[in-house]
Amino acid sequence: MTTDTAFIRNEFVPAKPAPGRTDGPIVWLRKNLFATPTDAVLTILGILFLLWAIPPLYNFIVGHAVFPGGTVEECRAEGAGACWAYIAARFNFFIYGFYPIDQYWRPNIVFALGAALILPLLVPSAPFKRINAALFFVVFPLVSFYLLNGGVFGLRQVPTEQWGGLMVTLIIALVGIICSIPLGILLALGRQSNLPIIKTLCVMFIELWRAVPLITVLFMASIMLPLFMPTGTNVDKLLRALVGVTLFSSAYLAETVRGGLQALPRGQYEAGASLGLGYWQRTYFIILPQAIKHVIPGIVNNFIALFKDTSLVSIVGIFDLLNTVQAASSDINWASPTQAVTGYVFAGFMFWIFCFAMSRYSLWMERRLDTGHKR
Amino acid sequence: MSQMSETTAETPTRHSGMQISKTDVAIDVIGMHKWYGDFHVLRDINLRVMRGERIVIAGPSGSGKSTLIRCVNRLEEHQEGQIIVNGTELTADLKRIDEVRREVGMVFQHFNLFPHLTILQNLTLAPIWVRGIPKAEAEATAMHYLERVKIPEQANKFPGQLSGGQQQRVAIARSLCMQPRIMLFDEPTSALDPEMVKEVLEVMISLAEEGMTMICVTHEMGFARQVANRVIFMDQGQIVEQNDPDNFFSNPQHERTKLFLSQILH
Repeated sequence: MTTDTAFIRNEFVPAKPAPGRTDGPIVWLRKNLFATPTDAVLTILGILFLLWAIPPLYNFIVGHAVFPGGTVEECRAEGAGACWAYIAARFNFFIYGFYPIDQYWRPNIVFALGAALILPLLVPSAPFKRINAALFFVVFPLVSFYLLNGGVFGLRQVPTEQWGGLMVTLIIALVGIICSIPLGILLALGRQSNLPIIKTLCVMFIELWRAVPLITVLFMASIMLPLFMPTGTNVDKLLRALVGVTLFSSAYLAETVRGGLQALPRGQYEAGASLGLGYWQRTYFIILPQAIKHVIPGIVNNFIALFKDTSLVSIVGIFDLLNTVQAASSDINWASPTQAVTGYVFAGFMFWIFCFAMSRYSLWMERRLDTGHKR
Repeated sequence: MSQMSETTAETPTRHSGMQISKTDVAIDVIGMHKWYGDFHVLRDINLRVMRGERIVIAGPSGSGKSTLIRCVNRLEEHQEGQIIVNGTELTADLKRIDEVRREVGMVFQHFNLFPHLTILQNLTLAPIWVRGIPKAEAEATAMHYLERVKIPEQANKFPGQLSGGQQQRVAIARSLCMQPRIMLFDEPTSALDPEMVKEVLEVMISLAEEGMTMICVTHEMGFARQVANRVIFMDQGQIVEQNDPDNFFSNPQHERTKLFLSQILH
């Protein structure tokens, strides 16, 4: 057989058409929004919803809104949007409550001092952490108290009944957060203790406070407590609310931290013990840093809840941000159809700013603390 | 005494490190019992370890061998009998427990390094806070031991970035930084990939050569032959048999020991 089996093609393969585009907006649309009939339907429904929702929202907040500088007549006009002019006019009331106008410089100093101290504390690379922490946690509260309350160094006394607005909201939230951290951690450790008395006390405390609504706690603190106290003694209403909020929050925090403690492998406790580290050394250097890192999302969740729950103090007559907004909404000088709504949008936005900032900060912190956590 | 001649390093090792004290008792366990609830884990344990002695504890799982060495530094409590370590009897007294733990190093099966601290911080934490050694000095000691376990270049990494064998060597170095008089090893190679077992055993062998008092719970019978002065076989919470490695492996006395050896020595 001498047949030549080799095959040599002697004409070109016909050219194929150029491939379709693999990028560009049309391809992107087809791939992400119209890939299947279901996708297409959902996309169209989504667009219709946005078309229905966004224009009125835009018109209310921006389009037909009356901006600062506007008058109440404009706000009262048919079809007017948010009355931002009203927010601007009552802005000081929302921030300071009934604090005397000529004394605004005092809370202003406190705000500035607080911001100047807390920002470097939150940035890990900022220097002088120890001094900074001492200033923020010890000096700042004292200075703030005397500055706001007055009665010393020739400062006029401003009783806490006159404090209000965002100032009070921030005070309650900050004091609540800062005091409930150590308390919550101690309660969580106590609940895991081998000492029966400490354990029982912690369990009782936590279960009692967790099982009672915060409103009840605040009512008890402001109405019931004075009944039980000897006549003549008077504990400040704001202080009572502060203590109530702090204890309430610490019970929740304790349970969150306990979750972190339980997630730690037993080997970590044993390794610390076998090196001769005592209970507190073990807890401080080995257990807590890991346990707390595991539960940062839960802790921040607690703090965000606490921040929002501060608005409940309004029911015991404390003028926090929400309560000032509510009180101002009956201001007849600015009476208009959108007055109340604008106020609540403003209050909601203020709460959102702080809570969102906390949430982002915690996410960032979590990533920073991640040391490739595995054994 | 018939010599087993499977390792070349055996003869110098076995004899150069054999400075066992005749009088200095490192660990004395006398008539010790332990229960977990109703379960009798350790029954009438009597064990005297002299200074410089190297003991390997073998036995099937659940025989109580880990529990025994964990009692020696009080990670587990015993209910009856006495345990005296370096002359200090272990009781509920926390001060005594800490005293004993300072002098007794322990290496765990799962390393138990502190994952949030760097290797160097892992090594210096206890010397600084328990012994009160200045930081610079503690770090120098730490680097010395890291060099001994041959990973000084990892000092600033986190445990999660190291291999299992490296982590276990760090764990050994961490214990050594406290300059303990006794070392306990709780199955130190059981959680390692096979090719990493050797690097850890080498560190342990060199420790033995220096005359460290050691108790090792391990299934590495080659290591037992090469290093141990005494092999202890446990079953069901009791010490069934103890002997020098040569006789233990070539001439086991009890049926249970024979069965065990036939199953692990192929």
